[in-house]
Amino acid sequence: MIEILSTGAANSVQDLGRFGYLDAGVGRSGAMDGLALEIGNRMLGNVPEAAGIEVTLFPFRLRFDSATAFAVTGADCLVRLNDRPLPPWWAMRAEAGDVLQLGLPKSGARAMICIGGGIDVPPVLGSRATDLKSGWGGFEGRGLKRGDRLALGPSAASGLADLPAGFGIDPTEIRGPAAETGQAGETTVRVLPSAEFADFTDAARDALFASAWQLTNDANRQGFRLQGPHLALSKKLELFSHGIMPGTVQVPPSGQPIIQLAEANTCGGYPKIANIVEADLWRLAQVPVGRAIRFVEIDRPAAIAALRRQRAMIDDIAALAALARKDVKHPEKSGTAE
Amino acid sequence: MEGAGAILLDCAGQTFDDDAQALIWAVAAELRAHAGVLETVPGMNNLMIVFDPLRLAPEALEQAILHCWRTVVADTVSGRTIDVPVTYGGAKGEDLAAFAAAKGMSVAALVAAHVAPLYSVAAVGAMPGFVYLSGLDPRLAMPRRANPRMKVEEGSVIIGGAQAGIMPLTAPSGWHILGHTDFSLFDPMKDQPAAFRPGDRIRFTVREIIA
Repeated sequence: MIEILSTGAANSVQDLGRFGYLDAGVGRSGAMDGLALEIGNRMLGNVPEAAGIEVTLFPFRLRFDSATAFAVTGADCLVRLNDRPLPPWWAMRAEAGDVLQLGLPKSGARAMICIGGGIDVPPVLGSRATDLKSGWGGFEGRGLKRGDRLALGPSAASGLADLPAGFGIDPTEIRGPAAETGQAGETTVRVLPSAEFADFTDAARDALFASAWQLTNDANRQGFRLQGPHLALSKKLELFSHGIMPGTVQVPPSGQPIIQLAEANTCGGYPKIANIVEADLWRLAQVPVGRAIRFVEIDRPAAIAALRRQRAMIDDIAALAALARKDVKHPEKSGTAE
Repeated sequence: MEGAGAILLDCAGQTFDDDAQALIWAVAAELRAHAGVLETVPGMNNLMIVFDPLRLAPEALEQAILHCWRTVVADTVSGRTIDVPVTYGGAKGEDLAAFAAAKGMSVAALVAAHVAPLYSVAAVGAMPGFVYLSGLDPRLAMPRRANPRMKVEEGSVIIGGAQAGIMPLTAPSGWHILGHTDFSLFDPMKDQPAAFRPGDRIRFTVREIIA
């Protein structure tokens, strides 16, 4: 078990999301930074979709009841195990009674705490993700509170017994070359033009790519509202309700774009100007309020290639982590059922 | 395209077309079995197909969609017909009298017009278990409220624009509330969490009218 000692209500149990129920109106949910969760899990030898804790509100503290392997990934925040500071993207073993503390991020916005064996909450519709909007899934269908006690899956302490100091991953390996991360103070994400892209004015299409879009306070797991130039349609459009995916950039009549994210509604009706490619969704999760976002257009083959590179990177990290854990006798079991 | 792994097929014209919608359901069912397709999401005269672009090339999927669209046979008879009993008016149907007055109808005539059609579940979505219904009597179309209510209770029987609906959970909404049903639209603990599927039909019945 682990016990939550301090938290904000927006911190929640998340996995890689709920699949197969979009046509029942059930959204994806899952970690906003799914890449951080998956890599943290692979560092520990967990299945990729094991549930962890998404921390958006800091400081956050928890106590381990027993020896437990853990990893902290995602935002680069001040992590301490008892009094000992840990580098970012670090995996190690905590002993019974140890307290893990996450302070304010130096960069990024959301940290993932991954636990050996995963957080063991009852799956709902095939997933352990909390659907905060609907009030079910995860831990009692809600964000975490002080005093909550979370059960862990089997093998919580496995893997890291011979590696007391733990091991880490260089986060710049994850973030990619500077060309993909943008200028200081800005986050660049790659997009594909969406269904109504051509229905916007030339000025609007130029502004989409030429502007630095500021993330407003209206930013949560459902979506991000951005502030920038007014994006106008060249003709009035009345769309019927249609399926939308996380990453869809809608433009309501206000002319200010909204990016739909993990807990987006499954259907919407606003015109869509662009879609952030799947390989870059995690970058949005790490944008703090007030930071600027830039959109860069790519084509479909490039979007698929980016996804392929990302999968290969995760596999490489998993292989290295298995070596670091010295559990080469127990090769990676990714993809198998829990 | 909605990212590298989703394609939106849109056949919408100026007005909603029931025949096209029946084709959408059939295409959705057939494509769901296609290797590499993960989910199919019928909308109103459109269909989103979610797939794994590392297993299925989008160009190949587009060919499969077009082939399916041209060859599939719509199945218009297999949906279920389900009665939904409604208590019209009262505290849980607070807009009933004003709605009738705005339409120049008596409450009894309004309720009669609301229960008369056999509504068709065109799509399920937006929020868990929400049904997009076609079939509303055009006389009952009413623009949404200028100021949405922050809380509309689960089970509220509502009209927004030219659409009829039922709230599957308590949430904000700008639609008008005619009544209330105890019928449960969504249960996350069930394998089939949504009570209705696209292609089902709904008949509203009068449990009570509270004037």
